[in-house]
Amino acid sequence: MSAADYEVTIGLEIHVQLATRTKMFCGCETSFGDDPNTHTCPRCLGLPGSLPLPNAKAVHFGLMMGLALGSKIAPRSIFHRKNYFYPDLPKGYQISQFDEPLCDGGELGGVRLNRVHLEEDAAKLNHAGGTGRIQGSDASVVDFNRGGTPLAEIVTEPDITSAEQASEWLRLLRVTIRQLGVSDVNMEEGSLRCDANISIRPKGQAELGTKTELKNMNSFRFIERGIKAEVARQVAIVDGGGQVTGETLHFDPRTEAITSMRSKEEAHDYRYFPEPDLVPVVITPDMIEAAKAELPELPLQREDRFIALGVEPGAARTLSWRPELGDLFEAELATDGSQPKALAALITNELLKRIGDGEVTDSKAAPGSLAQLVALTAAGTVSSSGARTVLDTLFASGGDPAAIVEAEGLTAMGGGDELTPIIQAALDANPDVAEKLRTGDMKPIGVIVGFVMKETKGRADGKEVTKVTRQLLGL
Amino acid sequence: MSDLTSIIREQSATEQIAAIKSGALDARELFEAYRSRAAADTFNAFTWVADEAPAALPAADTPLAGLPVAVKDLFSTEGVPTQAGSKLLEGYRPPYTSTAVAKLEAAGASMHGKTNQDEFAMGSSNENSAFGPCQNPWDPERIPGGSSGGSAAAVAAGHAPWALGTDTGGSIRQPAAMCGLVGLKPTYGAVSRYGMIAFASSLDQAGPITRTVADAALMLEHLHGADSRDMTSVGLREPIAVPSRESLEGLVIGVPAELTGEGVEEGVAAAFQVALAEAEALGASLETIHLPHAEAALSAYYVLAPAEASSNLSRFDGVRYGNRVEDADGTLLGMYTRTRHDGFGPEVKRRIMLGTYALSAGYYDAYYGTAQRVRTKIAGDFTEAFKKVDVIATPTSPTVAWKLGEKSSDPLAMYLSDICTIPMSLAGIPGISIPCGTSQGMPVGLQLAAPAFGENLLLGVAHALERTLGFDTGGAIR
Ligand SMILES: [Zn+2]
Repeated sequence: MSAADYEVTIGLEIHVQLATRTKMFCGCETSFGDDPNTHTCPRCLGLPGSLPLPNAKAVHFGLMMGLALGSKIAPRSIFHRKNYFYPDLPKGYQISQFDEPLCDGGELGGVRLNRVHLEEDAAKLNHAGGTGRIQGSDASVVDFNRGGTPLAEIVTEPDITSAEQASEWLRLLRVTIRQLGVSDVNMEEGSLRCDANISIRPKGQAELGTKTELKNMNSFRFIERGIKAEVARQVAIVDGGGQVTGETLHFDPRTEAITSMRSKEEAHDYRYFPEPDLVPVVITPDMIEAAKAELPELPLQREDRFIALGVEPGAARTLSWRPELGDLFEAELATDGSQPKALAALITNELLKRIGDGEVTDSKAAPGSLAQLVALTAAGTVSSSGARTVLDTLFASGGDPAAIVEAEGLTAMGGGDELTPIIQAALDANPDVAEKLRTGDMKPIGVIVGFVMKETKGRADGKEVTKVTRQLLGL
Repeated sequence: MSDLTSIIREQSATEQIAAIKSGALDARELFEAYRSRAAADTFNAFTWVADEAPAALPAADTPLAGLPVAVKDLFSTEGVPTQAGSKLLEGYRPPYTSTAVAKLEAAGASMHGKTNQDEFAMGSSNENSAFGPCQNPWDPERIPGGSSGGSAAAVAAGHAPWALGTDTGGSIRQPAAMCGLVGLKPTYGAVSRYGMIAFASSLDQAGPITRTVADAALMLEHLHGADSRDMTSVGLREPIAVPSRESLEGLVIGVPAELTGEGVEEGVAAAFQVALAEAEALGASLETIHLPHAEAALSAYYVLAPAEASSNLSRFDGVRYGNRVEDADGTLLGMYTRTRHDGFGPEVKRRIMLGTYALSAGYYDAYYGTAQRVRTKIAGDFTEAFKKVDVIATPTSPTVAWKLGEKSSDPLAMYLSDICTIPMSLAGIPGISIPCGTSQGMPVGLQLAAPAFGENLLLGVAHALERTLGFDTGGAIR
């Protein structure tokens, strides 16, 4: 069988560092990039006798996420201890949630959620020498600054069916969380981390195949590549008559190699039990109201609103998934609301092309000038190709669109009279093209349009050129 | 006998504080007297003794007037060795002080020593200490009880006017009983656990070991209180009054059939009957009650406490503090294994194994789940009982202090020593042990228990009985 004969089933587990000022169970500041072990205390070092104190802001952020993701908020949830030994885990257990999480269920972009729960992050291990992993390294040092940072863990149901969908959905989740303002959701800095549970089964088979857990995919690119590599590995195993074994896998983005971290038999028995140092988290209606009050418009809601304004769905998605573009769109629209569709197209096509990998703030276009440009185009004052030239100037140095049109002689040419001699010259210069056009084969019309544009320095309107050409040829 | 020695022998902590306040006693001289007695201690009651009095002792107008206090080594004390009876923590000096000790110091107490204990409070004889067993000042061939054995021995020997202990299943009440002292385990949550090295988080409580009920009340008044650093602490609902009750008129004392019959040795049973008769003479009426699930308490306790302990003790991994033992193989697992193999004593290992097993996938509900349900039933038993009676009385321990080494090889016999104190721990209710006579020349304790937050009631009744029982708690002071 080939890869096309299998269905892929993917569930994601996402860890999001919450952007609280202090850690999940102590008063130390959360930090990134500070000197090692400068944000620690008896609690986050797990010193004997220390006790955890839950961070109310983290609970608030967790509620905001749960509400934004359509979860059921548990009126009472409890923390559990997840027991295992590792040097980055100072207490020998992680305080997490188990069978009574803060948020139950939910849905985002067609993918159902199992839960959203709160927990504490591990510290950061650095391995010197050797492989860069703990086995075989010369020495390992621990930086407890990160230890105890609040995490929200989001677990999806196995509703995702391709690597592309996984990365696309993760982008939606990221922008949704970013919009909530509860996390930086930066994969490179580790404030957004994703593990994937992956299985394949022959098309039509009801039960799911054996799943593997793929870890360490710390960029969107790696997630797509990692999942693809793992699916290919599983297909090769099953095609070869073998069976996939349940194990935890490590994806090396440099070599794209997938290696086993531990088999199912070696899997930890985490010995979960209710954390006796904490009392249950009771969520009052007031807490839910406070979280609701801080919910912004979410990307999917914004997308729907833009579509309702007449914006093309593709542009609506770009504007709402890149909130800074959406904000620009709305600001321009506020100065002139007459052309939402064209304005959205200008921003998501032409402006975005000029921004490239940069930031929206790279554009020097003054507030309102994009909307003005769209209005000038709509009124026929400037052709769409002329408008692109104006946008170049606006982007590079700002200015008034109407003045730029004037100064650069980009005023759109009128119809027939002015164009007729130029088009005639074009037909004369390209007799073979003229012949084809005469037979009704309009494919080479681009040659004529190109000639005219060159002659008029882009002031002509392409549609008008086509129209006049047909008239001249009696078509 | 010098004046100070006779004061130490004759006066309670409350009386010594009054003497300091009146100017009759010099706090610095008293501190030095206790300190030097502690430094010369031959019972192995101390694991650390101050080199000298602090430069500035708390003033005489503070509530506790600079009186020394011995502190169980389970409490974190900044810069002072805190080893919890364990080789694994040998030399560990915490960077912070536990709330209980900080509160006592804020009230004017001055710590002059840290006391020996069973390793991580796991034991009933103080023999499970990496720093050697502690002896009972009433008979040095006998154990002082445990796990707060050093605290009890220190007070019984007059090497401390009073001491701070901890109680998980009887670790204050049982050694107090065996050393002829008063020991109070407060309601769970009355005293902050912050900085107290955890054995079983849902059971651990700090409390006083003292010469008199009034002393216990005084220390508790300065210990209790909701602490923002411990989410499970709630404090008491009313201030602790100086106990003054003399009559027990109108009081109904429940005597649970399940905790006063089989297994209680003859001399202890006799002393217990005398105490009940004295209570009746003071006007109390006795009623036999039933705690139908009490028989399962020991089993439930030995699932729940080790389960929590197995997790609480995971942090002792050699990574950040305490003794680290590298393994020849140079691996992380080797370091973990050697550190914990060499660092923990046999009883601690036994309980970690028990607890790990009880929490394992597939066994969790059968063990931990069942034990939690038993715990709920036991709490229900007490709730029912307290509808009929005001306080409950039992012997504190079914036996007096036994000979050193006598039960070392039989953990179950050792566990049975706490059979009368464990039910109250599981129910989270307060219990106090007061001396009620002797058997084989050794002190016997009477345990009284009250509903949660009933400390004032408990202390009042204990005070009335203490007066009439007239036990000399300074009897072992030389
Ligand atoms: Zn901290």
